Amino acid sequence: MSVSIGRHLLSSQDLNNETAVALLDTAARLDAAMTGREVKKLPTLRGRTVVNLFYEDSTRTRTSFELAAKRLSADVVNFSAKGSSVSKGESLKDTALTLQAMGSDAVVIRHHLSGAPRRLATWIEGSVINAGDGTHEHPTQALLDAFTMRRRLRDGEGDLKGLRVVVVGDVLHSRVARSNVRLLRTLGAEVVLVAPPTLLPVGVAEWPCEVSYDLDSALPGADVVMMLRVQRERMTASYFPSAREYSRRYGLDAARLAKCEEHTLVMHPGPMNRGMEISAEVADDPRRSVITEQVTNGVSVRMAVLYMLLSGEGVANE
Amino acid sequence: MSNQARFNDQRGLLLRAVRPYGEAAVDVRILDGTIAEIGADLAPADDETVIDGGGAVLLPGLVDLHVHLREPGREDAETVRTGSEAAALGGFTAVFAMPNTDPTADTAGVVEQVFRLGEQTGLVDVHPIGAVTVGRAGLQLAELGAMADSVARVRVFSDDGACVSDPALMRRALEYVKAFDGVIAQHAEEPRLTVGAQLNEGVVSARLGLTGWPAAAEEAIIARDTLLAAHVDSRLHVCHVSTAGSVDIIRAAKAKGWQVSAEVTPHHLLLTDDLAEDYDPVFKVNPPLRTASDIAALRAGLADGTIDCVATDHAPHSSEDKESEWGSASPGMLGLQTALSVVIETMVETGALDWRGVADRMSAAPARIGRLADQGRPIAIGSPANLVLVDDTAHWTVDRAALASKSRNTPYEGRTLPGRVVATFLRGTATVLDGKLVAGQVAGASR
Ligand SMILES: [Zn+2]
Repeated sequence: MSVSIGRHLLSSQDLNNETAVALLDTAARLDAAMTGREVKKLPTLRGRTVVNLFYEDSTRTRTSFELAAKRLSADVVNFSAKGSSVSKGESLKDTALTLQAMGSDAVVIRHHLSGAPRRLATWIEGSVINAGDGTHEHPTQALLDAFTMRRRLRDGEGDLKGLRVVVVGDVLHSRVARSNVRLLRTLGAEVVLVAPPTLLPVGVAEWPCEVSYDLDSALPGADVVMMLRVQRERMTASYFPSAREYSRRYGLDAARLAKCEEHTLVMHPGPMNRGMEISAEVADDPRRSVITEQVTNGVSVRMAVLYMLLSGEGVANE
Repeated sequence: MSNQARFNDQRGLLLRAVRPYGEAAVDVRILDGTIAEIGADLAPADDETVIDGGGAVLLPGLVDLHVHLREPGREDAETVRTGSEAAALGGFTAVFAMPNTDPTADTAGVVEQVFRLGEQTGLVDVHPIGAVTVGRAGLQLAELGAMADSVARVRVFSDDGACVSDPALMRRALEYVKAFDGVIAQHAEEPRLTVGAQLNEGVVSARLGLTGWPAAAEEAIIARDTLLAAHVDSRLHVCHVSTAGSVDIIRAAKAKGWQVSAEVTPHHLLLTDDLAEDYDPVFKVNPPLRTASDIAALRAGLADGTIDCVATDHAPHSSEDKESEWGSASPGMLGLQTALSVVIETMVETGALDWRGVADRMSAAPARIGRLADQGRPIAIGSPANLVLVDDTAHWTVDRAALASKSRNTPYEGRTLPGRVVATFLRGTATVLDGKLVAGQVAGASR
């Protein structure tokens, strides 16, 4: 039996339990195939072209996708908003038609506006991969988070049934939170969102998760604590009074972490505001923090996404 | 009057087998732009043009208090001519054109220009709405009196698209227009509550990651403005009411006897916010599409008269302003050619309004609010023959390429809607016959 994830990856909702697990399995296999290789390259996508279309600066995500594509031997074109026609006011649709004419097989798009990848997918024939759109979704981030949790807490197999994941911070503006709530539920985990009420969307009650305003009461029993980046500028729009108060009420420091279980993992999608949502001590805690591991796993997960979308044959389901 | 000088067919017109307000079939004779006779089996006079109504519903010509004709400034999206064509095809005989043009219609000169373009086109009466403030910037009153005294005789003033959010300025505007029986038509949107807003704030906006446009931003301004209108005893008109809470506030204001009127758009009577799911900006509009419970309250409010009238907020946009990301697209939808059909679907077929109700909400009430003496009059001997003939048994499928507007941003593409405009008459002259514009007859007339 073969599992296909469809033509695009626009949202975590595009995945069901079976396809999400297949994707994580593929990432694990690709990761294993890479380890110990002198030349970190597989021939799978030779002759295929992957375009990185980045309307927002994100060296981390762009590099991760670039590495993933290159390790599968695809040709990579970086099309960044700066220094191209994109910045001269060319519309997304015109850019899409250009990419289409260039014969790109997949477009990895990062955009500051929610829904831009879905629009792009209506204008081009190739695959579209959402690398983060506005305050909507960032599905490959959620996949690499799930991959990291599975490897650390589930021996790298199956789904995440029974795991309790506490996600803390600016949920309102977070594409990472939206993608994670969906994917983690799909994989069977329980999700608790913790934030000041100002940083939770109106309508969050309909989401398949618990919501709390109190970090301390949410921490006991958590298997994973995922801290979201909180921009200091949010306080000028009165989302909270000061960075100090935010940090006191919702920041993760060593004292708070001590309330957690022995095995509790600390995650962060980066880039971190040390001293704001996470203390340096916690971020660098070698036993609990898997933040750098998340980055490493990002490449394997993105290879798996490109592989499953572009290799055309789906993935053997074992 | 000036339009009669253009009346090129002085022969009479006999409408046979038409049903005024959907009631018993009669014949209607029109002479010199006026309804001259109503009765069964009227004998055609010599040289009289006879139109067989085939039992179609006859209504007073529709009046739209809220359209954007985009001229001057955005003639690539719409012109007074193309907008007038869409209006006539939609059964309208009068429209009020919003002032958010370039230049802004905030002086006697600009409103007169728009008024004259309307006269030259001659398909519908075009009544310019004057801006409340200079450049619609919300800082300083425009010369409202000069616009009122101009040949355009402006009575409706609005900064539509922008809210007159300064309460002191709004109070003064409401007071000032009393001198010439004007009305302030407010686009109710507290700007501090809608910074970056993209979609109704609720379950759908939370899921889609689009900045929310809270109902309270509309309701807060309506509540404030009704209090101000009561305080200075002036007329307030609320544009495009979109929430259940707004209906409650307006109902309470009317119960106190305050001079408050309100409009609802066809799209807010039919479409919900979950249509944004694919981020297609054809569903982006301001105020945004709301929820099913808002729709129920709006329909009930329109039925019981809390909401006085339907207005389209016809807002043409070029493809480059709509074929984009949701967040960078312009808000607005076409509405003139689909309005009556949507009202039939949402209000008539549901039993919420009968045809007399439709005539009131789409003709008499908006004409009264806009202070038009010769529009929205009952179908009766002596009334100006501003009429629309509607085949209430027909259905049609919306094809955006076939619409008269220069733009294509209809949210109803591919939908099948009930009711088809067969003919429209402006002071006795057919502007539309057999569902098509009457070429040359009116539009080409020189004066
Ligand atoms: Zn408006």
